[in-house]
Amino acid sequence: MNNFFQVINRVLIANEGWKVILSGLGKTIEIAFFAIIIGTILGCLFALMKISTIKPLRWFANLYTTIIRGIPMVTQLMIFGFVIFSGKNEIMVASLAFGINSGAYCTEIFRAGIQGVDKGQMEAGRSLGLSYSQTLWKIILPQAIKAVLPTYTSEFIALIKETSVASFIAVTDLTKAGDMIRNATYNPWVPLFTVALIYLIMTLGLEKIFSRLERRLAKSDRS
Amino acid sequence: MIEVKNLTKQFGDNVVLNGITETIQKSEKVVVIGPSGSGKSTFLRCLNLLESPTGGEIWFEGKNITAKGTNIDAVRCKMGMVFQHFNLFPHLTVLQNITLAPVTLKRQTKDEAEEKARKLLERIGLSDKADVYPSSISGGQKQRIAIVRALAMNPDVILFDEPTSALDPEMVGEVLELMRELADEGMTMVVVTHEMGFAREVGTRVLFMDGGVIVEQNEPNAFFANPQHPRLKDFLSKVL
Repeated sequence: MNNFFQVINRVLIANEGWKVILSGLGKTIEIAFFAIIIGTILGCLFALMKISTIKPLRWFANLYTTIIRGIPMVTQLMIFGFVIFSGKNEIMVASLAFGINSGAYCTEIFRAGIQGVDKGQMEAGRSLGLSYSQTLWKIILPQAIKAVLPTYTSEFIALIKETSVASFIAVTDLTKAGDMIRNATYNPWVPLFTVALIYLIMTLGLEKIFSRLERRLAKSDRS
Repeated sequence: MIEVKNLTKQFGDNVVLNGITETIQKSEKVVVIGPSGSGKSTFLRCLNLLESPTGGEIWFEGKNITAKGTNIDAVRCKMGMVFQHFNLFPHLTVLQNITLAPVTLKRQTKDEAEEKARKLLERIGLSDKADVYPSSISGGQKQRIAIVRALAMNPDVILFDEPTSALDPEMVGEVLELMRELADEGMTMVVVTHEMGFAREVGTRVLFMDGGVIVEQNEPNAFFANPQHPRLKDFLSKVL
């Protein structure tokens, strides 16, 4: 048992591995944070385009989701990092790449949510004299948001885990940090389990936050 | 008040309305009956352009609302609608359901709208339901609230699309009773229904639709006592 703590001490404390981990965690959070914001905004935008009656908008939104969802994340990331934004700040590039990728999935989640709201709701809103956009904002979207929250949470969590490939464009994120410690100390299990534990804490925390939000939104379902 | 001129509606190759010409006067209670698939619901939904007609014209209060550039939202403010499946907004309380449209459209201030909504709820005996969500009330209560929601906009006419068809039998009465009260107060009503008793007692005119046209119409007593067209005779023999 003593030996166990000695190894941890050597790898994470004496060699200042914890600093590397912390800095990697910061980058992972930074990328995931900006990516989810970009992804959510793009998702809203393209979902509204997909349900729009204007054909070119629908066409463009379909093109976006088809291309993004049809190409592996790592390939997209490298295209962004080495072709489109070659030489730019890699954290910014990674945020953008993950955001644009997540946006395509958010688009489909939001579109399904909006289209899942009963058709009668739009008709009831319109029959009262509300315009299309008033009905959309006041009646359809509040119901759609509630319906998509569980899937949106999974997308959020998936995104955090996906950022673990960020090192392909030279970002020292959490995963890369663990890898560097492994190389420096010749100990694989301490850095890897530490990194795994941190990911798990982040995803579990998010799940808790969202399930609380879900419960609050569900108050109108209680009878 | 409403003038329909040679209205047609097609869904693809399927002709649902095949040339309807009809005038509805102020404070008439027009009841539309007919077999399913006869086009009666589509006819009603064309009146407030929830379905856009394929051909023909609809005039409302002296304006051609099928003309290009009509502000259909303004027209719908004057034309309430009640649906078969109530279509209350599940994420809003009963009170918010009633006040949403008048407040959003700035017809009334929030306080005015709430005061009016509470009065309307009192009238239908559901004051205690103001702050609950629709999921916790019965079908009959939902439909009465849907009617009151339409009334909150002070419409000149209310369209009813099979308002009692989705209700448990013991709840049909309370909804019909409220509709009867509205009728007595002089509200103009167009009602698509299978309730022959209501048609007979409350209607001022009954239309029988079949195959996308109005086959026969009359004032209720003569309509039920002395049907002319064989299709109507056949229909009545099955439903009465």
